[in-house]
Amino acid sequence: MNNDAFPKQPTYYEEVLRKGYPRRDFLKFASMMAAFIGLEQTAIAQVIQALETKPRMPVIWLHFQECTCCSESFIRSSHPIVADILLDKISLDYTETLMAASGTQAEAALKNTMAKYKGQYLLCVEGSVPMGADGVYCMIGGKTSLQILEEAAEGAAAVIAWGSCASNGCVQSAKPNPTGATPIHKLIKGKPIIKVPGCPPIGEVMAGVIVHYLTFGRIPELDRLGRPKAFYSKRVHDSCYRRPFYDAGLFVETFDDENAKKGYCLYKMGCKGPSTYNACGVMKWNNGTSFPIQAGHPCIGCSEENYWDNGRLYERASSFAGFGIEANADTVGKVALGVTAAALAVHAIATNIGKSKLIREHEEEGRESEHELEA
Amino acid sequence: MAKKYLHIHRLRRVYVWELPVRFYHWLNALIILTLIVTGFYISNPLALLSKQEASFKYTMGWFRYVHFVAAYLFFFNFIFRLYWGFVGNKFANWKQFIPTSKRFIKEMWTVFKIDILMLRKNGQQQEHLSVGHNAMAGFIYFLTFIAFLVQCFTGFGLYAAMSGWWLPQLFAWVPAFFGGDIVTRQIHHWAMWFFILFTVIHVYLVFYHDYVEGRGEISSMGGGWKFIEEEVFEQKRHHTPNPEH
Ligand code: HEM
Ligand code: SF4
Repeated sequence: MNNDAFPKQPTYYEEVLRKGYPRRDFLKFASMMAAFIGLEQTAIAQVIQALETKPRMPVIWLHFQECTCCSESFIRSSHPIVADILLDKISLDYTETLMAASGTQAEAALKNTMAKYKGQYLLCVEGSVPMGADGVYCMIGGKTSLQILEEAAEGAAAVIAWGSCASNGCVQSAKPNPTGATPIHKLIKGKPIIKVPGCPPIGEVMAGVIVHYLTFGRIPELDRLGRPKAFYSKRVHDSCYRRPFYDAGLFVETFDDENAKKGYCLYKMGCKGPSTYNACGVMKWNNGTSFPIQAGHPCIGCSEENYWDNGRLYERASSFAGFGIEANADTVGKVALGVTAAALAVHAIATNIGKSKLIREHEEEGRESEHELEA
Repeated sequence: MAKKYLHIHRLRRVYVWELPVRFYHWLNALIILTLIVTGFYISNPLALLSKQEASFKYTMGWFRYVHFVAAYLFFFNFIFRLYWGFVGNKFANWKQFIPTSKRFIKEMWTVFKIDILMLRKNGQQQEHLSVGHNAMAGFIYFLTFIAFLVQCFTGFGLYAAMSGWWLPQLFAWVPAFFGGDIVTRQIHHWAMWFFILFTVIHVYLVFYHDYVEGRGEISSMGGGWKFIEEEVFEQKRHHTPNPEH
């Protein structure tokens, strides 16, 4: 592998300056990122140094079965440097949505990057891969998503699965999953994979993951499900500002009631905050403006695996597979209880018939003893 | 007037349930009831309105707190019972619960025929006698132990995210194993219905046995005694040769 043949890549800092940002902005950006990824203050210098000295990292950003909301979220993350530098500069190598090139040129760019930076580039994947019908549901340039993914993953240093589609399949993998939509980690083995679930993930979280990788040259610490701990170790519920109402037992009963006006907890409106691991309550969205619960809407658990199939969005009780749409665990339970009670009643009657002799004998024996006893 | 054929039985008192078993039983009953009541509230809290300021109220907080305290008691009580299955008397032994022998399975079938289908033999009503658990009951208790495990695993799995203690942390892998907290909570909730159904059937059958057999089934979990006929005792006793005779 000979990299010298290619012109040296500019560092991030050089790009920042070239774009006309003052150093002050650059430092602010670096501190903000360090805070987001949960680093100590002393590590800010490390982030700055990394951005100043490291050449920009080649990135291939693939789009499969998705809606591009991840990219949208990313370019809207609060600090302009994120979009300008991280996305503009890092991902220009290849990304279907934002690159200028198309057709053969684009294919060539992709090939080029893969060959030139073999073993060094970061592979970002947005969307799931359809495995049904030999992959015909999502093909680009005559290749199936799986072929493209496998080729690109071959020489990648690490893989980031952006969003719920790439991390766990999201809506297109909901039952009955007609296209066989499959998340990335089930298809690629032997590469570090970072899952950044959410529909979409928070822009700052996405930026944070990339900056972490840039700074330390390795993937951030992941939890059991492969998500960066810095952003996914707390439930939305744990940082929700409506939590005191939850603890007090004060709940919104319908969307238009008095309690909704008072800002009570949305638990009974189906809020999945108590089972959803994400940073929405802390980082919020759109430059920290708000997040769903703040806007009066329950959390739908969009960053959790299978959230489409695990019960309905506006109910806490889940439907019970195989018992029809209306039946939840409690309905089934109540029916089972009724059936049990009826069965026991039948058994009780049958006992009095089937065991009549035994019962009568015991009774006579007992009565006889009672007679023989002195009062 | 006494009937001539009436045979008055002599009953023998047998110590079946030792104090630790009885203690475990009633503590368990109380805890499970608590877990079910608080569990129902947690899953679908009542709309309790009050004029009080939110900051003075902690309703959901208390229900959850009681659920978790009861959960710990439940867990340790369960562990204790497992231990007692190895050191307790023969009626408490683990072998009473797990169908390991042909005899066990055969007895289950017998119980099914006699106590559930109420089949007769040669036109005669039959009675199946077991001093401790009958094989069917033992096996059902084995299933409840599995349900205990399910509740402990899913419950502590969910609880791990709210606790720093190592014990709940041992279960932190459970939600990841099932694919997230949402499913884990659902499994936890479904499993609750097993306890409810079990309780109803269990209480009914205790009354049934007491009614049909008249050997002190209901009170046995109080004092520990069951009463069996002298003939039955002679049949079932093991005849170790007595060196004195
Ligand atoms: C007989 C045993 C138990 C029963 C019947 C029971 C029942 C329930 C029910 C019905 C729920 C509500 C689930 C939902 O949201 O729909 C619940 C929640 C919960 N239970 Fe249990 N449970 C039992 C044992 C345990 C144990 C042993 C633990 C261990 C710590 C535990 C921990 C929890 C936790 C952490 C929650 C979620 C509470 C929250 O996040 O607010 N449970 N339980
Ligand atoms: S609104 Fe949702 S996340 Fe917030 S406290 Fe209520 S249940 Fe928890």
